[in-house]
Amino acid sequence: MPSAERKQERRKKTSETEETQSAPSLNEKSEEIKEDLDKILDEIDEILEEDSEEFVENYVQRGGQ
Amino acid sequence: MKRRIYGLENEYGIICSSESKGRRAVSIPNVVIYLFREIIHGRMYPDVFLENGARFYQDIGCHPEYATPECDNIIDLILHDKAGERIIEHLSISAEVRMKKEGLPSKISVFKNNTDTPGNTYGCHENYLMERSVSIRQLASQLIPFFVTRQVFTGAGKVRPRSRGSYAISQRAQHIREEISIATTTARGIINTRDEPHADREKYRRLHVIVGDSNMSEYTTYLKVGTTSIVLRMIEDNFIDRRLALRDPVRAIQAISDDITCTRKVEMNDGRMLSAVELQKDYLQLARKYFEFVEPDPLSEDIMEKWEYVLTCLEEDPMRLDREVDWVIKKKLIDSYVSSRNLRWDSSKVLMLDLQYHNIRTDKGLYYLLEKDKKVKRMVVDKDIEHAMYHPPETTRAKFRSRFIKLVNEKKILCGVNWSYIQVYEPHQKLFLSTDPLEPEFEEASRMIYSI
Repeated sequence: MPSAERKQERRKKTSETEETQSAPSLNEKSEEIKEDLDKILDEIDEILEEDSEEFVENYVQRGGQ
Repeated sequence: MKRRIYGLENEYGIICSSESKGRRAVSIPNVVIYLFREIIHGRMYPDVFLENGARFYQDIGCHPEYATPECDNIIDLILHDKAGERIIEHLSISAEVRMKKEGLPSKISVFKNNTDTPGNTYGCHENYLMERSVSIRQLASQLIPFFVTRQVFTGAGKVRPRSRGSYAISQRAQHIREEISIATTTARGIINTRDEPHADREKYRRLHVIVGDSNMSEYTTYLKVGTTSIVLRMIEDNFIDRRLALRDPVRAIQAISDDITCTRKVEMNDGRMLSAVELQKDYLQLARKYFEFVEPDPLSEDIMEKWEYVLTCLEEDPMRLDREVDWVIKKKLIDSYVSSRNLRWDSSKVLMLDLQYHNIRTDKGLYYLLEKDKKVKRMVVDKDIEHAMYHPPETTRAKFRSRFIKLVNEKKILCGVNWSYIQVYEPHQKLFLSTDPLEPEFEEASRMIYSI
């Protein structure tokens, strides 16, 4: 799934939770943590957009101390 | 020594890719020239002392290296180590701007880690000023077991290349070949015997530690330097009475690095089998006892508390340290990504994640992604890091060096600077030599600076 779509779906999910639950519950807390993580994973998708194979192979340094 | 000088040197890795299709990337030596151009003020060599008292230069293997100014406490040290990252981040952004202007649009990535893809290594060196009275033999025998085992809470973590398909605790452990050695580019030792105190040799020795990893996490750096400094105090005061020798330290350092459960036992000289955590607990127990004899201070108390906390976590479940310890923070992040995106551990994306954790660009690096989201424990605040980019520690001789550098830069005066001296050539040649890095002010240095 492209990351933009995923973001949109997450936003939808967030607003749904806001509407249906008023008091914070344990479930909500863990859901929050999960969404937090999802957000980071989406950002990683963006960082990894370039050709990682080529990037990693080109990462060659001379030995240092 | 109750008050001690600390310094951290980091060699950075660089990669540059071209932003214009079909054009080859600018070579690393040329990128390094672009990086330094803004800061060397017309000097010939890429080797300068900065206004915060730090040294920034091109080291062996074309690595830009940042050496912090002399610090006499760990918080200053973390600030100045992080200030180094920010300075290089700033330089790499302005190098990109200049390259674009000159028709070579490029992207520069700078990594604070210790290995490249084929397995070349470059270091993070810790420096501790010590009392001269300690012999190298005593130092080595009491420090080697500590250095071999501290990686369980100081390692930066490393995804192994495809064939091995696993994860190691330390980046540097696999490059250690000797117990004791003076070499830094070939047979690297657990104890490096380079001893340039840049101070009174009769009084001080410098312990130059090359066995550790470069750290992104402030908490990890705090513990790495903090626990080491407590062990050094105990050695200086002849407090370590136990025999903690390992049968084969070089094999042990690799065996421990290879085991992310942190349960593997290594053999002691007397035949006992101990895990890294058990050995570290021995050192911690000694430290607690030591502070019953000497006056405890809040910082040492805090270090021991955190030391105990990480050892307890490591014993129960190392993955609990996913906010504190680099190798765990990175492992947990890669694990989450791999499972949510159905990747294989040997995919190049995983190697890329490993690398990008160490990217010092705050908008690109994965460590900074987590920091921004408050997912890692911090020891300092950004405002103080920013301050340390331009200001020296107030309590060591970096202070007068900084004052001198600000003045000669402003007046564009030809001068000489090194860790232990400042020098002007005109109208008369004058040199001030400092043999005590713990002294921030010297009347003679002030007179010389104000006569400029």
